[in-house]
Amino acid sequence: MVRLVTRRLVWAVPMLFVVTFFSFVLVSLVPGDPARSVLGQLATEQQVSELRQELGLDRPILPQYLDWLGRALRGDLGHSLVTGGDVGRLMGARLAPTLSLVVLATLAAGLLGVGLGMLSAVRGGALGRLIDVLSVAGLAVPGFWLGLLFVSWFAVHWRLFPATGYTPIAESPIGWLRSLVLPVAAASLAAATAVAKQTRDAVLDVLSREYVRVFEANGLSRRSILFRHVLRNAAVPIISLLGVVCAGLLGAAVLIENIFGLPGIGSGAVVAAMQHDIPVLQGAVVSFTLIVIAVGLVVDLLQAWLDPRVRTR
Amino acid sequence: MTRGPKTLLRRPLAAAGLLWLVVVIACSLFPRLVTGTDPARQDLRNALRGPTPAHPLGTDRLGQDLLSRLVHGGGSTLSGVAIATGVAVLVGVTLGLAAGYLGGVADALVLRLSDVLFAVPGMILLLVVMAVFRNNVAAAMATFGVLMASGLIRVVRSATRSTREELFIAAAKVSGLSGAQILRRHLLPRLTGLVIVQTALIACISLVTQAGLAFLGFGPPPPQPSWGGMIAEARAVMTEAPWALVPPGLAVVLTVLAISLLGDAARDGSTGRWSARKLAPARSRRAAAPAPPQRPGTPGQPDPERLLSVRGLTVAIPARTARGQTDIAVVSDVSFDIGDGEVVGLIGESGCGKTVTALSVLGLVPGGGRITGGSCGFAGVDLVRASAPQWHAVRGRGIGYVAQEPSAGLDPAERAGTQLAEAVRRHTGASRAAARLRAVELLHDVGFPEPHAVARLYPHQMSGGMAQRVAIAFALAGSPRLLIADEPTTALDVTVQAEITGLLRRLAIDRRMAVLLVTHDLGVVAQTCDRAVVMYAGEVVEDCDVPTMFARPAHPYTAALLAADPHRIAEGGRLPAIAGTVPAPGDWPAGCRFADRCRYVTPACRDVPVSLRRPDPRHATRCLRTGALDTVGGRP
Repeated sequence: MVRLVTRRLVWAVPMLFVVTFFSFVLVSLVPGDPARSVLGQLATEQQVSELRQELGLDRPILPQYLDWLGRALRGDLGHSLVTGGDVGRLMGARLAPTLSLVVLATLAAGLLGVGLGMLSAVRGGALGRLIDVLSVAGLAVPGFWLGLLFVSWFAVHWRLFPATGYTPIAESPIGWLRSLVLPVAAASLAAATAVAKQTRDAVLDVLSREYVRVFEANGLSRRSILFRHVLRNAAVPIISLLGVVCAGLLGAAVLIENIFGLPGIGSGAVVAAMQHDIPVLQGAVVSFTLIVIAVGLVVDLLQAWLDPRVRTR
Repeated sequence: MTRGPKTLLRRPLAAAGLLWLVVVIACSLFPRLVTGTDPARQDLRNALRGPTPAHPLGTDRLGQDLLSRLVHGGGSTLSGVAIATGVAVLVGVTLGLAAGYLGGVADALVLRLSDVLFAVPGMILLLVVMAVFRNNVAAAMATFGVLMASGLIRVVRSATRSTREELFIAAAKVSGLSGAQILRRHLLPRLTGLVIVQTALIACISLVTQAGLAFLGFGPPPPQPSWGGMIAEARAVMTEAPWALVPPGLAVVLTVLAISLLGDAARDGSTGRWSARKLAPARSRRAAAPAPPQRPGTPGQPDPERLLSVRGLTVAIPARTARGQTDIAVVSDVSFDIGDGEVVGLIGESGCGKTVTALSVLGLVPGGGRITGGSCGFAGVDLVRASAPQWHAVRGRGIGYVAQEPSAGLDPAERAGTQLAEAVRRHTGASRAAARLRAVELLHDVGFPEPHAVARLYPHQMSGGMAQRVAIAFALAGSPRLLIADEPTTALDVTVQAEITGLLRRLAIDRRMAVLLVTHDLGVVAQTCDRAVVMYAGEVVEDCDVPTMFARPAHPYTAALLAADPHRIAEGGRLPAIAGTVPAPGDWPAGCRFADRCRYVTPACRDVPVSLRRPDPRHATRCLRTGALDTVGGRP
């Protein structure tokens, strides 16, 4: 168990290096003068050379990166080019809405998907075909478009939920939940159909195993067979997929936060990209990568808990 | 690929998808042929209109024609998708092939790279690209393509690797072609389907992502339309004119649907008729609640004196034939009895219906089949018509079951003790603590000297023999009066086999428990059983006590089995085998089913079905020539 966590954490370090270095290289790839490109044609020559120094662009890429890395390791992610605010603090302030959205959407996709998938595996027939259709539809319907439709129906037309805005959980848990219902629904429906399909395949696979027949023949209750033995053994691939879903939801969060006016890292990154605020974007890259790594760790731990063959290795 | 057009015709949905894609691509390439209206022509007096003859899809906030904008917006959207997909396929296939073919360090490096690409937060990185490259959609989509290559790399790599490993063996036998040639010839067909599926998936995700970027304002600059940009424009007027959301959104949805449907069809076309539906769920269908139709001439009723009494049991399993789905009988007219404490061997070659018979007694007909006739009395209950509460009393408490594969018969995720305790609680209603103690006792009963240690083990930590003992303990948890053991020793080493058969014999005596032992091993029968029921091609051909079977078999099949038994062959002697094979269900002859392999066959044998007859009350055989067997000297 300890080895598993250690291995995951050791792997996280090069991962962070590679991803941040990659985005650094991207910045250095800007054709012509990067600082000019960032500031636009209207900026004065002096502004451009100041920015060049600020970004350290007058030096080769590797020293630039190492310099940034050194400061980042001390917790200093730099300052926003637009507001001058500390990037680390900015990310911290925007973390809660993003995490709320992604965690709730993953849970929703998991519960809905596993429920539907189980049902279709056990009942089969029409429900199974419906899930096939839904999983294709889930891929096809963009979450942000669905979000807009939800706003138009549930917020504008029926006024059931707020169209935009975010209430911190500390302020009002009910308000927090209400502000997240539509974003979570828009973000998680597609994921839920993918989880349902995976669940059905995994459950059908386990149902065909010998021990299910042995348990049934020896009179164990159907409920215990399905929910204790089958679901637990089918959970390993389902949780793998949920990890992937969770990472994918981070990408969806960029759009969903934008639509529902959630003050998260994703919507912040969109604004930063429009303003060419490179340090803030780098901060978003670091935050998202850290979240992806954390999700990977949680997935590993859950699987080890569920599967003794992983745990006792 | 000659199969292509036919496959499409058989799949109207895929054909519709192809049609839609062709229309969309044609519109994007030649927008002016479709609509004469300038997408940027403003007409403020007709802003925010629904569909009208002049504007079939309505107008936006500036009175621009939505249809024209949709058609002109396809180009920028689809070109982004093409770039991302092209880059992903190029990078993914190249790196995947390299990793799979070269192996070693290259393989490890590429795999790490694929891991990194997979974990990169794609959308944020696209925003970085957009910030740096000033709304250069092509650069963003190319970057996205690199990130999306991750999945392709893995798929191509593992296909290449496994092909290479298989060919390594094949190449040693067949020389003349270079390794690369062999690889190309064998790998390409295998890769095509996989790459098509992944490519379709990447195209779908790219399309949605491209629309998302344009929606956020990172698309082509304003007067120029794009689908995502149109959704953003519609959003601005959503409260007044929600209709404007529909055309661009549906365009994205339909195009993604078309790509994925087409991808599925192309994959199926390239890999042959592959279908997930073939994997029918392995659930059992019980016999319908009303009594199943009795075949005329089904012999008698179950004998209430005997513990288990099977009469005329007939089981059919659905099968696909040239004429479509039909039920094929795999077991027909099977009758036998088991008395209290009696150990009965159910014998025959593979495919004779032994396992189906054993499972059907428990109401768990495999392969989605059902019992179509006969009855099956167990302790006063007809199992063919048993209700759920009756089954609850029978399974586990009346009849225990042990399967062939020892380790596959236990839940891999739970400790042996936990699984046993669950069964004990289910059958006795004992408390948790009591059930745990009882589980340890059961482990002791099946011969473990240190049952506490075994209770803490997971199935993967046990040897085959240990797992089979635990499985037997599991079947004993409800103190059943009958234990059905389906080839319990077949998967084990010879020494362990003897231990398990010894254990079964001892348990049968100690607990006065009857055992139905399914096996094809006559040695096991000789050591363990009181009586033998021999099955051939789905029916019982002989039923007598074990000494009689070995001394005076009354059916040529039994005699042939005995002659072919490796235990009875003198060392160095030739191993005789029964010529021919068991006829498959559905191909059973009208007369004696063994006729084609029989030494004693006469024309009369092939005429009519042979019924089970009793030369003496304790001996049944399904043979017209039993007498000849004695005189000609059927014994080996």
